[in-house]
Amino acid sequence: MDTSDTSETGRIGETGRTEGAGEAARPVLEAPDIARALTRIAHEIVERAKGADDVVLLGIPTRGVFLARRLAGKLAEITGRSIPVGSLDITMYRDDLRLRPARALARTDIPGDGVDGRLVVLVDDVLFSGRTIRAALDALGDIGRPRAVQLAVLVDRGHRELPIRADYVGKNLPTSLRETVKVQLAEEDGRDTVLLGLKQPAASGER
Amino acid sequence: MLRLPGAGPRTPGHLISAADLSRDEAVLILDTAEEMARVADRPIKKLPTLRGRTVVNLFFEDSTRTRISFEAAAKRLSADVINFSAKGSSVSKGESLKDTALTLEAMGADAVVIRHGASGAPYRLATSGWIDGVVVNAGDGTHEHPTQALLDAFTLRRRLVGADAGIGRDLDGRRVTIVGDVLHSRVARSNVLLLHTLGAHVTVVAPPTLVPIGVERWPCEVSYDLDRVLPESDAVMMLRVQRERMNAAFFPTEREYSRRYGLNGERMGRMPGKSIVMHPGPMNRGMEITAEVADSDRCTAVEQVANGVSIRMAVLYLLLGGNEPAVTHSRLNAEENK
Repeated sequence: MDTSDTSETGRIGETGRTEGAGEAARPVLEAPDIARALTRIAHEIVERAKGADDVVLLGIPTRGVFLARRLAGKLAEITGRSIPVGSLDITMYRDDLRLRPARALARTDIPGDGVDGRLVVLVDDVLFSGRTIRAALDALGDIGRPRAVQLAVLVDRGHRELPIRADYVGKNLPTSLRETVKVQLAEEDGRDTVLLGLKQPAASGER
Repeated sequence: MLRLPGAGPRTPGHLISAADLSRDEAVLILDTAEEMARVADRPIKKLPTLRGRTVVNLFFEDSTRTRISFEAAAKRLSADVINFSAKGSSVSKGESLKDTALTLEAMGADAVVIRHGASGAPYRLATSGWIDGVVVNAGDGTHEHPTQALLDAFTLRRRLVGADAGIGRDLDGRRVTIVGDVLHSRVARSNVLLLHTLGAHVTVVAPPTLVPIGVERWPCEVSYDLDRVLPESDAVMMLRVQRERMNAAFFPTEREYSRRYGLNGERMGRMPGKSIVMHPGPMNRGMEITAEVADSDRCTAVEQVANGVSIRMAVLYLLLGGNEPAVTHSRLNAEENK
């Protein structure tokens, strides 16, 4: 997820919802699309990890955690085993901490067996600049040494600012920088949808 | 937000008094500390968050646990720490607080953690315009010790509500009894103010000579009878009898004090089942607390020390982590707006 402008991301809960952007926002993914994308990603993980024996799913708060839990459920259906799932808060590793007021921390919850020697799949809702993932890799380095790290995102909207790419993508969504992508999930927002809207001038002014 | 005359674009917030914290700010600090506590369980107990920031521990009074607690907290957040104690420094040669502050400012201190024997010294430092940085009160005279109150509230919430269940919650309806030398205790004052803000019912118990003037304006009840209050206390906080401040005959003998206001095993037995015994340390075993109580499972003294590091990490992060503090200083703001 992007770190350069919250109004563009799914993590709107932290800085207040940008409801105004919702007027022009149109849904690009609905609940069945999201479910199908997650099912496909789960199958891809099993295929690429050759059975997903050592997979650990780590969601990036807030919505990445819910996506990680849903993925874990689907992986359990496919493999018949329970897949460790946790959360990885990247707030303290962000590169834009000093551009904004200190923000509340979210939960980091590493499954009991840790991440050492395992295949960690990071899960987030929107991949944008890549800075969130950079922070997540730093945070992961302080927790252990995985065998490999992969990245699963629901939406890749482009505009990378770092050499980072996703291994599993729910939907590639070409956007312009004037557009916003908002992911809403039932656990947090009451419904599953991905909204594409236009950035409000005021929202960019509050940076 | 506090804006000092001549201050740069960075606008510091401070932590001077527990009274300045709103309920939501206090809960935010406790919630942040809960996440910080989890860093202690990791193989690498360090976060990069305050890299390149300088925290000065400015200690005009002796203190071991508070200073090393702040030092550990700052170092876990990757800040650079400079320890300054008055003994053997320029202060013993007669330097004033102002000149010391100007020296620290010239060295580029981003935060000053100050302990001073004079009540109000941190407030003076924060409002004087001598320094641009954040000021954190680590105990001033007999006035306040806000981070101690925060760590006590954190310990209370963890024990009485639960570590995970407590997230986002306060201490609504919990009964806390503070026993001992309230007159000289900055810990008691900060705790009364903060616990009241968090919704707890506080009762202070002390010999009449050790109850401060004006206590009727504190948001708490006052009692002189420990045995009457004990059965309805969720937590009892024993204060240290501060021998170094006992410059008058506040009570006849230590034995009598201990008999009437000390906590022993028999008294602890009359407290409710899940209630806890707290002590800010250092303990005078045999005086305000017996060894039996101090070593029991219900005594949280050691836990409080560990929680102190988490709370101070939270305070330093919220004040220094962003471009402006997440915790503002409402009282100073009010004066600023006059």
